[in-house]
Amino acid sequence: MLSSTIFLHPASYFIIGAFLLPLFSRVKIAQKVIILIVPLLAFWQIHALPESFGVCHLMGFELTFGRVDKLTYVFLHVFTLMALIGAVYCLHVKETGHHIAAFLYVAGSLGTTLAGDYLTIFIFWELMAFASVFLIWYRKKKRSIEAGYRYLLVHTAGGLILLAGIFLRYQNCHDLTFDRILVEGATTADYLIMVGFMLNAAVPPIHAWLPDAYPEATVCGAVFMCAFTTKTAVYVLARAFPGFEMLAIMGAIMTLYGVGYAVIENDARRILAYHIVSQVGYMVCGIGIGTALAINGACAHAYAHILYKALLFMGVGAVLEMTGKSKLNELGGLYKRMPVALFFTVIGGIAISGFPLTSGFISKSMIIAGAGADHRVILMLMLSLAAVGTFLSVGIKLPYFIWFGKDSGVKAKEAPWNMNLAMAGAAFMCIFLGIYPEYLYRMLPFACDYHPYTAYHVSETLQILGFTGLGFYLMVKYLHPDPKSNLDVDWFYRKGSLAFMWCACKPISIANDWIGEVYRTVGLRFTMLVAKALSWFDWEGIDWAVDGSAKGVVKGGDQVRALQTGKIQQYIGGAVAALMIVLLVIVFL
Amino acid sequence: MNPTKLRLIMLGLILLLFLLGFAFPNPHPHFWWQKIPVFDIFFGFFGSILIIVLAKWIGHKWLLKDKDYYDHD
Repeated sequence: MLSSTIFLHPASYFIIGAFLLPLFSRVKIAQKVIILIVPLLAFWQIHALPESFGVCHLMGFELTFGRVDKLTYVFLHVFTLMALIGAVYCLHVKETGHHIAAFLYVAGSLGTTLAGDYLTIFIFWELMAFASVFLIWYRKKKRSIEAGYRYLLVHTAGGLILLAGIFLRYQNCHDLTFDRILVEGATTADYLIMVGFMLNAAVPPIHAWLPDAYPEATVCGAVFMCAFTTKTAVYVLARAFPGFEMLAIMGAIMTLYGVGYAVIENDARRILAYHIVSQVGYMVCGIGIGTALAINGACAHAYAHILYKALLFMGVGAVLEMTGKSKLNELGGLYKRMPVALFFTVIGGIAISGFPLTSGFISKSMIIAGAGADHRVILMLMLSLAAVGTFLSVGIKLPYFIWFGKDSGVKAKEAPWNMNLAMAGAAFMCIFLGIYPEYLYRMLPFACDYHPYTAYHVSETLQILGFTGLGFYLMVKYLHPDPKSNLDVDWFYRKGSLAFMWCACKPISIANDWIGEVYRTVGLRFTMLVAKALSWFDWEGIDWAVDGSAKGVVKGGDQVRALQTGKIQQYIGGAVAALMIVLLVIVFL
Repeated sequence: MNPTKLRLIMLGLILLLFLLGFAFPNPHPHFWWQKIPVFDIFFGFFGSILIIVLAKWIGHKWLLKDKDYYDHD
């Protein structure tokens, strides 16, 4: 077949697309065609990728741009599918730069997923960070600009930690192949790499960039961002660090950490951002447990999570796009004006909560079952409790305070057709995976013998979620959103930078002035006296001793000064001419 | 929907969930609590209340600041 012999690296479609887009900035229809064709082509092509491709040698390093196995495939599949859904959702966006940033961001993510060595990973890793920051800046508000800078600085720091790990690793073993690292053989280098990966997976306490930046991104940018950065990190962790106990514990903590913040948060998109932390926690925990069932669960959950989280961001994004508001205390009673967005958001909400017949049910339960099968009692209880909190805050609280609750009187109409179409696509996938889980299970890295639909499991889930609903009903008056902002560990660098600036402006500046003053009054006079004495001795004493040559040079200098024009071009020209002469002399002699 | 009707529906659902809990006990209990027939009901109910109370308490005591907290300086 043709497709099995001719293929392109999936990232290159997006990079080529990013270069083509500005050429058609006046022909909007052509631009829209490119925006849709590129992810379609990539999605169609991933089936045709060979196991290994794009191996090249550069300065003694072997770079592998393409390595495909089952673990890669499941992530490629959902990344390209998500790129397509995101492209449909963003179709109405007028700024070409926004589309370019989204394309390069997806390219970075696909490149990382396919990379077979650490250098290639690092290149695409940085591309991802630098492209995605524009999805924040394109919101063009003061808060977004600032959040974008913080996002970039944090990711640069994470990238440097990763790079340090890569360098150390190369020094240790001269091998940069990206493959599984065994717990017993892990060195400082490997742990540095792991920290670099964990930063992108938003593992507390290095997670605060996520709930800081995502809610400040553009409506469409957030839909892309919620899918790629953290899940690419989940992929690299699953590839390199399965079975690391630290990940299992941190992952379980993450699930509850995100849920706790989501309960008190007021901004709808920040609630969803904290739920990324929580849901990625399940995946990180599954990777840390490291059994076949748990890793399968992590991959399945990443697949399902990308789709329902994007659906939720799209639903809430539609409200933000149409009303300009995303704070729960400013919204309410929208069910008559935006019923379509309500319908799709609720599907996302029940999917993330893990209701039977949705994608969350068939993926999240796999990780919890993996923890149970490995007799990790505390982890299992933490993960189950986080599931309760998820339904509480995203399944009920979020739709309740946006579409029901007190009518805010906010004017709104339904979102444009392309937004609704993208939401319909994602919602379809959430239900489709819930009804037909084998579609996803077939793609998982390990052979899978897991059956989510047992009578007990369905009844257990319904009991837990049903009584969570009752808990919400009884406590709803305590759950009213407070129009406040939450402290998180970003406090350390947001307030820390102020302390740094204060130090720079006040004590350091004052000390600098004071030292300057002391130098001027004491140091300078003393130095001048000494210099004068030395100068006299040099001029009169030494020059007399070496027959007046200094006086001769000064005289010569005065004559040369007459040649100086003070024009910089002439000096540069003179320097270049002199250089040419020197070169000619070297070449011909 | 009037409140009486809503309460009746909720009461019906609660009874149904209790029935489900007794009808389908865990076929392969790993841990002791999985042998209790309606454990999950209590887990969901008290879990949700615990999360709300804890998160709100920590929030009000410590984490919730003025919405312009970072913009003051």
